[in-house]
Amino acid sequence: MVLASIFETVSIQHYIVLSTVLFVIGVMGVLLRKNAIILLMCIELMLNAVNLLLVAFSSYFGESDGQLFVFFIMVVAAAEATVGLSILVLIYRNTRSVDVGIFNKLKG
Amino acid sequence: MSIEQLVPLIIALPLIGGFINGVFGKKLPKVLVGSIASIAVFSSFLIALTVFLQLDEAVKINLFTILNLEDFTLNARLLVDNLSIWMVLIITGVGSLIHLFSMGYMSHDEGYYKFFTYLNLFIFAMLILVLGSNYFMLFFGWEGVGICSYLLIGFHYSDVQKGMLNGLAARKAFIMNRIGDLGLLIGLFLLLSQFGTLEYTELADKILIDQIPVTTWMMFAITICLFIGATGKSAQIPLFTWLPDAMAGPTPVSALIHAATMVTAGIFLVVRSNFLFEHVGAQFTQDIMLYVGLATSLATAFIAMRQNDIKKVLAYSTVSQLGFIFVALGMGAYTAAIFHVTTHAFFKALLFLGSGSVIHAMSDEQDIRKMGGLKKYIPITNITFLIGTLAISGFPLLSGFFSKDEILAHALHHSPIIYVLLALSALLTAVYMFRMYFVVFHGEFRGSNHAKNHLHESPLNMTLPLIVLAVLSIIGGMLNIPSLLGGHHWFTHLLNHNVGGLKEVVEVEISNGQTIMIMLSASILTLIAIIVSYNVYVKKKNVPVSDDQIKGWTKLSANKLYFDEIYNSLFVKPIEWISEKGHQFIELFLLNGIISFATKTIDRSGELVKKWQSGKTDWYILWMVCGIVGMVIYYLVKI
Amino acid sequence: MSIYNVFMLLAGLTIGSASMVVISKHPVRSILYLIVTFFLISANYVLMNAQFLAIVNIIVYAGAIMVLFLFVLMMLNLSKDNEPKSPIIMTAAACIAGGSLLTVLVASLRDAVVCKSFVPAVNDDQGLVGILGKELFTTYLLPFEITSVLFISAIVGAVVLTKREKQIID
Repeated sequence: MVLASIFETVSIQHYIVLSTVLFVIGVMGVLLRKNAIILLMCIELMLNAVNLLLVAFSSYFGESDGQLFVFFIMVVAAAEATVGLSILVLIYRNTRSVDVGIFNKLKG
Repeated sequence: MSIEQLVPLIIALPLIGGFINGVFGKKLPKVLVGSIASIAVFSSFLIALTVFLQLDEAVKINLFTILNLEDFTLNARLLVDNLSIWMVLIITGVGSLIHLFSMGYMSHDEGYYKFFTYLNLFIFAMLILVLGSNYFMLFFGWEGVGICSYLLIGFHYSDVQKGMLNGLAARKAFIMNRIGDLGLLIGLFLLLSQFGTLEYTELADKILIDQIPVTTWMMFAITICLFIGATGKSAQIPLFTWLPDAMAGPTPVSALIHAATMVTAGIFLVVRSNFLFEHVGAQFTQDIMLYVGLATSLATAFIAMRQNDIKKVLAYSTVSQLGFIFVALGMGAYTAAIFHVTTHAFFKALLFLGSGSVIHAMSDEQDIRKMGGLKKYIPITNITFLIGTLAISGFPLLSGFFSKDEILAHALHHSPIIYVLLALSALLTAVYMFRMYFVVFHGEFRGSNHAKNHLHESPLNMTLPLIVLAVLSIIGGMLNIPSLLGGHHWFTHLLNHNVGGLKEVVEVEISNGQTIMIMLSASILTLIAIIVSYNVYVKKKNVPVSDDQIKGWTKLSANKLYFDEIYNSLFVKPIEWISEKGHQFIELFLLNGIISFATKTIDRSGELVKKWQSGKTDWYILWMVCGIVGMVIYYLVKI
Repeated sequence: MSIYNVFMLLAGLTIGSASMVVISKHPVRSILYLIVTFFLISANYVLMNAQFLAIVNIIVYAGAIMVLFLFVLMMLNLSKDNEPKSPIIMTAAACIAGGSLLTVLVASLRDAVVCKSFVPAVNDDQGLVGILGKELFTTYLLPFEITSVLFISAIVGAVVLTKREKQIID
């Protein structure tokens, strides 16, 4: 079947709400979980929620700028995941734990 | 060289001497330091003498302009007329003799060069005071001598036993002078606001020639303020208690400052302002001056009757003589006042230097009860001291006799009661002076054996000034011999010649008969006093008793009429109480409280905010989310 | 089965697996759920005519990044037992914060006005590689080059950070 624009049936509001819910789930994951790795993963989830919204809008307006932006977001997310994980490994080597709650050296 | 070039030199020489001694004096040998100082002052004396002989009309020398406002200019200008040059002669003449004396007296002192620096600076300030041509220069010199007197009275401030007392005496002198200075300053401000100028000659012209109308109240205010200033410097009631305390300074200081020069500054001020005091509106001030002078003279003569420190007796006699002079000023007898200032400078300096010689001989003992029979050991001092005592008591034909008689004559003309009281004061003067002389120089020696072994006559540089001053005390009366005895009142004519305002003062005409009566009665009183003293203190060998055996009226006298104690409870204690309370309340409670309140607030708020920084990442993220929520709500609600 | 139903199904599954990522106790299971979420999001992309991105999403995210995560997790040897616990207050606060964030965002986006009566454009070949590539290499050339620099820095950073200090043995 020929896919006309999906937006003839599904309005843009649905995608907005979906994206928002995914984003909030990511935020709650960041707040609730204390495992550093899960934390980083939830950040990836948030980024993906944003990606979804961007692609939705790009498709809605028929311009490809949004998709290119998603492209760059993915690039940045990859780099950030890399560096974040290497830092995590370093911390683990020093403290033998990945509990975010015990990293309070910045305490005022 | 002309007068315009010579007079600034008079002032400059002591300043240069002081500067050299102050900067280099520590490294120079003592003889050189003393000589530089003495030669500086003596050269000023010689130059002043030259100027004096040349002087005819008053000369004004403009040095530089201090202030140049629209409606008021202030110049540093010198006025050379007979009054100022005469005062310069006294200051530098007696001053150079005292410098010479100090070379011997202070030879064992540590701060030798400092002493001579201060002395020279004092001479400099005093010269500016008398040579200035406006009230500002006078005030400048006034303050200058106040400072130098403070420095010199408290000279031995690091002395182990009496250092604190010396410092306190200096402080007392300075503060009492300051109270007088306030009066003087207000007087100057009133003068300036009323007349717009501070120059003597301009003021004299405005009052005497232009006859500018001035309200009685304003004239009274100006003159009373000037008189208050004079009271401070010339030690009249109520501001005289600093002078006896100032005897804590070295003896040459007492001789120079408190006998011959600084205390005459107040009198000089009044004489310079004679046109103000002779104004119709200032009649009341003149009366006040008269009665204050009279009261001071009698009260301090009474106190001196039972003082036992050789310098304190002389101090009270100085105040008494100054009271005498103020009585003369209160009656408008300005030339008689300056005449008495001159003779007083001679014999009082002589007496102080003589007492210095005695103290030096007695190894720094000052209590007359521990002296006695000194005429055998220190003959030159004995003779000169006797001459000084005779002069101050008004022994016939010595200098004091003539000057006192002038004032007594004016007093008789003014009112017989004043004359009687003044004669009483003169009588008391003779009594206590001869008491002191007989107790110190006659009778048996009552001091310690140690002192007895060290009794010696002073060296030449100390006895020479004594001899010179003794001669001056004898012949000084010739300045102003009345016409009865063949003289021409030379001094009176001298001053009336070119001193502003004095010519206009109505001269009192005293008949020959009155003159003879005054002279005779004064002589008789003096002789009676001498005979009575001789009887009591030599024949009957009465010796002043020790402190615990005093009773009756003598206690009142010995305790200085309780003036110091009254002042202490009236003024000093309340002010100390106020300042203590002020310190406790305002400083400790209020100011400290405010500052510590501010710091504590900052501290505590910092502690509070610190709790936020827990260091835990999850809390931070939580706060971040809350912040975002808050922001979005804000924009929702706003829109 | 209309598109609408397909969309609803996909959306529900996405939300469900995302929730499982957050909820599940075992870290490895969290990662696996996240991979499932990525696949579902790619399906969404396909629905919206962004085929290239869908494939790239799977390759990059699910294929590379998640594998990296898994790798590190395995290396650290974590299991359900040494899962850190948080105090109950923190959980409560987190739930409230998250809930209020959701409410607020939805409320603010509810009134989002899309300009007038907009007819959605239909662009069938929008998500194709060729079109995207043309855009990328003309308009967005500079960011493209900079991302290469970004990658280099990330690689260098990662290597430098995790290098072990050489022990000097005498």
